[in-house]
Amino acid sequence: MEALKSKAQELLAAGTVKVVIGYGKGTGENRRPIFVRTAERVADLVVDTACTQNLATYLTKAEIRTLGRMAIVAVPSTLRSILQLAAEKQLREENILALAIIDGAVRELATFDAIEEAVATVPDAMGEADQKMIDKLTAMSVSERRAFWAGELGRCVKCYACRSSCPMCYCERCTMDCNRPQWIPVASHALGNLEYHMVRAMHLAGRCVQCGTCGTACPVGIPVHLLTFFAEQTVRRQFGQKGGASAKLDYAMSTFKPDDKETFIR
Amino acid sequence: MSERYTIPEASVGYLLQELAKSGRRVLGPKVVAGRIEITNIKSFADVVKHGQSVVSAKGVVFPKVERLLRYRFEGGKNIALDDVEPQAHPTVLFGLRPCEARAFHALDVVFNWDSKDKFFNARMANTTVIALSCTQADESCFCTSLGSRPDDPQGSDILLSPLNAGGFVAEVVTEKGKALVALANDAFQPLSGQADVVPPATVAAAFDAKDLQQKLAAQFDSALWAEQSLRCVGCGACAFVCPTCVCFDIQDEADTKQGQRLRAWDSCGMRIFTLHASGHNPRDKQSQRWRQRVYHKFAYYPERLGTLGCVGCGKCSRACPVDMNLKQHLAQAAKSATLG
Amino acid sequence: MEANIYKPYLMRIAAITDEAPSVRTFKLEFTNPEEAAAFTFTTGQFGLYSAFGEGESTFCIASSPTRSKGYIECTFRETGRVTSSLADKDVGDIVGFRGPYGNVFPLEKWKGKNLVFVAGGIALPPLRSVIWNCLDLRDWFKDITVVYGARGVNDLVYKNELEDWGKRSDMKLVVTVDPGGEKAGWTGKVGFVPHIVEQIAPPAVNSVAIVCGPPIMIKLTLPVLAKLGFGKSEIYTTLENRMKCGLGKCGRCNTGKSYVCKDGPVYTLAELEQLPAEY
Repeated sequence: MEALKSKAQELLAAGTVKVVIGYGKGTGENRRPIFVRTAERVADLVVDTACTQNLATYLTKAEIRTLGRMAIVAVPSTLRSILQLAAEKQLREENILALAIIDGAVRELATFDAIEEAVATVPDAMGEADQKMIDKLTAMSVSERRAFWAGELGRCVKCYACRSSCPMCYCERCTMDCNRPQWIPVASHALGNLEYHMVRAMHLAGRCVQCGTCGTACPVGIPVHLLTFFAEQTVRRQFGQKGGASAKLDYAMSTFKPDDKETFIR
Repeated sequence: MSERYTIPEASVGYLLQELAKSGRRVLGPKVVAGRIEITNIKSFADVVKHGQSVVSAKGVVFPKVERLLRYRFEGGKNIALDDVEPQAHPTVLFGLRPCEARAFHALDVVFNWDSKDKFFNARMANTTVIALSCTQADESCFCTSLGSRPDDPQGSDILLSPLNAGGFVAEVVTEKGKALVALANDAFQPLSGQADVVPPATVAAAFDAKDLQQKLAAQFDSALWAEQSLRCVGCGACAFVCPTCVCFDIQDEADTKQGQRLRAWDSCGMRIFTLHASGHNPRDKQSQRWRQRVYHKFAYYPERLGTLGCVGCGKCSRACPVDMNLKQHLAQAAKSATLG
Repeated sequence: MEANIYKPYLMRIAAITDEAPSVRTFKLEFTNPEEAAAFTFTTGQFGLYSAFGEGESTFCIASSPTRSKGYIECTFRETGRVTSSLADKDVGDIVGFRGPYGNVFPLEKWKGKNLVFVAGGIALPPLRSVIWNCLDLRDWFKDITVVYGARGVNDLVYKNELEDWGKRSDMKLVVTVDPGGEKAGWTGKVGFVPHIVEQIAPPAVNSVAIVCGPPIMIKLTLPVLAKLGFGKSEIYTTLENRMKCGLGKCGRCNTGKSYVCKDGPVYTLAELEQLPAEY
């Protein structure tokens, strides 16, 4: 995509940004995250339908941030992640520049407001197949659902590929890393797996931007993204709040308003 | 010591039957819901003939969770320890790739380094490996860069190689292998002279492991490691699918009455692997942890344990969510100048 | 039944000494008299101590093999999950112990030499075993000097033993506290350990230095020793690394080509410099 490459070239040459986080050719038909810092390497950038991974996870990675101002090739879910990270005070507007890829065109978006406007024009994230799976799971009885997840999570090895690829899992000290108390067992037995995925889904409730990268990252093919998608949908239904919609947000699960419908707290 | 036989295609089913009849569980690479897993094999048609399982077969001898000890809090101040016996069900791994068969040695040298791990040893003693030579490989494979090849019998108890006319050559490498032959003698026909085998896969060498080991000695402070690990997100996917990775954690889980001490897979790629309780972390940066992975497998293992810590199966590269292709990284390291 | 290498001895806490804030010493007796009789260790070695239900933690064996039959001692600071649980225990409680693991202080090599021990704060425990061992083999060695410092008077560990050592005529003990750490009536020195070592200037000829302390103390003491003429093979230290199995299998303590649980924890400076600074 020439427009993207010339934009990246411009930005790097002028020193406007120090790194362009984008996609490059990977093994076989894969794409991989790349970090272009010089004009010579701009040619490595690729944009096509195989570029689906959410690169926003690198915006909070220390080794990338210290490079300087970042430009990031942003598919719509990445844009939503940027807004959610901004809402959670993890990003400063002046430190990032989104090179949005929407409908095959590149747009330079330098402010969170601009990103918010752009994202509002993109239809909702979840693909048909995922929606179908969620509908199927919702229609199951509790024991059917338990059997489904027991079967899936039985393959989990607690590698945390899901957590590590999620832009919203930026906590420097994850719940899983705490051992006083050891909230969740470390080992990948049935309880350890179930508790980890349940807690992660809860911690993503309302924050998930439905990029699906966690599910794609799982080496053993567990559809973990369905858990976080569902949690996000639930918060949306209950609180009218959508993950990654705005950079100005009082996160539903950590704020209280006097007109909240729960009465127990009054 | 190797004995050679042929097995007609029609007799493979009989062999599998006799193995199952002997009370052994037969596991091998099989497609389950679109992924290749190591699981129960009933017929030869089940066995995936080429291509790599996502997770290695190491779980048979080194499971992802293993109980090491149990204890009970008795009345007063007393604690009773209950020893644990490993569950070592007699098992045949059937149709494994030769690289995976070689991997057990790398586990063995660690679990028997001076002190002997009874859990691994009991399971390994009860496991027999019948590997199947690879006639196809993919771009993540690199066994030939490590001095091996797609039809390498080392590490197998029996190695099967497909014949052009159908059926297999069976190279019986060990006593364990011989014991299996005795179970289904009729399937094995003695072979002398050459056999018309399907050519093994072509896997172009991307680097040479001995050469790499030497080069690594001078590259510890190279900027290469930071560069290569920029996209690494520090998960454990590579370590956990790997057939030679053996690092583990030990965790106590207990209530007021009793508890257990468990062993669980761990990864040097994770930040808290070396974290001290004081907060000091000797490998605080992902680049240090990436470097550790490379050096542990390709420099320290050969030097201390006399074997490589890798078999070139490529599972790590395929499992990595950000496409850290080990073969490419190593080839780059082998090519680069002594100090980056 | 093959031996389970992960199975600890059951030890009863026979005595507890509060050494300093958050630092205590356990005297641990084997609950099984046969195990007590069979147990031996050499100075320098360490073990993994269990708080059942919480996990294991690595400490050196702080008692000397020359004077502890049927028991061992360990000293630890309350820092994390396991040490906090240990700190909560009473006399009579049961803990676990696996060991002895690791390499040893090479006392044979030190015969006929002067020994200079330099320790800081909570790092005296790893040296206490070898100091007592050397005092019990006194005629093997020439002069024995111990320089020990802590942040403040309260932070000094083994206060009773320091008194005993101070009274002995066959060794020289210098105790110091950091500037500002002294209390009224303090008769020891005031100054950082490296400075005190520089002041005392122990001769390097025919001498061996054994140093253990927080990273900053080691970092500043090594140049002092180098200036005094101590060679890199004559300076010893003992490392602490995050460990789990203690047996060279779990990979956690692997630093460079060395496994601290097998090749260490005792290293000479020359050996240490061969390793990456990842400890």
